[in-house]
Amino acid sequence: MKSSRPSAPLAERVLGGDTAAASRALSLIVDEAPEADALSKAFFARSGSVQKLGVCGPPGAGKSTLTARLVKHYRARGLKVGVLAVDPSSPISGGAFLGDRLRIQEHALDEGVFIRSLASRGKIGGLSHTIFGAIHVLEAWGCRRLIIETVGTGQDEVEIARVADTVLYVTTPSMGDEIQAMKAGVMEVGDVFVVNKADLAGKDKAISDLKTALGLGAAHEPKPWHTPVVGTSGLTGEGVAELAAAAEAHWAYLKDSGEGKRRLKEQHREEISLYVSRRVYQTALSRLGDKDLDALLAHKTDPATVGAKLLKK
Amino acid sequence: MVETAKKPFRVLIAKPGLDGHDRGAKVIVRALRDAGFEVIYTGIRQTPEMIVAAAMQEDVDAVGLSLLSGAHMTLFPQIVELLKKRGLGDVLVFGGGIIPDEDVKPLSKKGVDKVFGPGTPLTAIVDYLNEKLPAVRAAR
Repeated sequence: MKSSRPSAPLAERVLGGDTAAASRALSLIVDEAPEADALSKAFFARSGSVQKLGVCGPPGAGKSTLTARLVKHYRARGLKVGVLAVDPSSPISGGAFLGDRLRIQEHALDEGVFIRSLASRGKIGGLSHTIFGAIHVLEAWGCRRLIIETVGTGQDEVEIARVADTVLYVTTPSMGDEIQAMKAGVMEVGDVFVVNKADLAGKDKAISDLKTALGLGAAHEPKPWHTPVVGTSGLTGEGVAELAAAAEAHWAYLKDSGEGKRRLKEQHREEISLYVSRRVYQTALSRLGDKDLDALLAHKTDPATVGAKLLKK
Repeated sequence: MVETAKKPFRVLIAKPGLDGHDRGAKVIVRALRDAGFEVIYTGIRQTPEMIVAAAMQEDVDAVGLSLLSGAHMTLFPQIVELLKKRGLGDVLVFGGGIIPDEDVKPLSKKGVDKVFGPGTPLTAIVDYLNEKLPAVRAAR
């Protein structure tokens, strides 16, 4: 495939379910190539129709293995699945080790599964700058479920909630007590909580701690969605059907309550915000010259003046 | 359009066949990561079909094959052929492992661009990819 080909036929092939074309389109969009905007335009019509599951949680909680289990579950029901797995880029070398695919390789030969590893490329929060573009490619390719696996995240990285429809927060029996579960941040954005590695000791306590913490706020204000806590084992597959059912129930809730529409609107806002901020930032910074830096060194100007000048030009 | 900084090259490191010794492959993965590449590693005991499917979905610029079991004369050319069949003939294929000198030339004739033997300095592999991959990407 030559990238010199016009993007229209490539877009058509993606919309027809061509995996190789989808792969190429993903690269062009993720690399912010000149063809990217035209491609995104062609794909957008199909956006918002399939459930986007965001799998997040601390490193080593078993997100990739659980993702593989979910893929297996959906494939057994004949649903095409797309997976976008993000791993961190090195802030030092810019390189990345993308290791999520290794856990999902069981499905490597299944034509109904598309797995793409993405590097975060300097974006913090567990995703990448071009995540929405990548999502639109897989929506156009025709997947019925889309799983977005974030970089292993900490306590306050909630970006996934502005990208996915249903956030699955994955933790393990050794995550800590109910005090940890009461803290602000990721604990507020999970739509389904998963205690993975349920084959380890302490599962029941962890589930009960989470349920207690989630229940504390509900007394005075009845919530329309009761956040379930599901125990799973990536190792044995235990609880995966229950998890899928919880995700399904959340999707139904999103559609019935209008919350889905509200979230989709927020996703579009986030996508526009990424698009604009990225371009404004890059354009402004491309105007920064050595002369400006020298002027700063000599105290002839100050950073705020230089910054305002770069934005105005 | 966004001012594009140089986008990292993407390399798939794979271990075909019945060979579980992946320390070498992991050392390469790490060296390439530290040299600014985006590296995908698929783990041990992969069939040629699995490796090629991964190369396609990940849209990599190069595939590095590591093999210590002695099956390189069968598996390496199979992978090159499968890549061509799936329209990925432009992907650079290189290899490493326990590969006798006399096998290097026949492998190169079958499309394995370069073979790195034991004791190769990591910088040699990094330099090789940095030299080759701009042309590979330009042709895609």
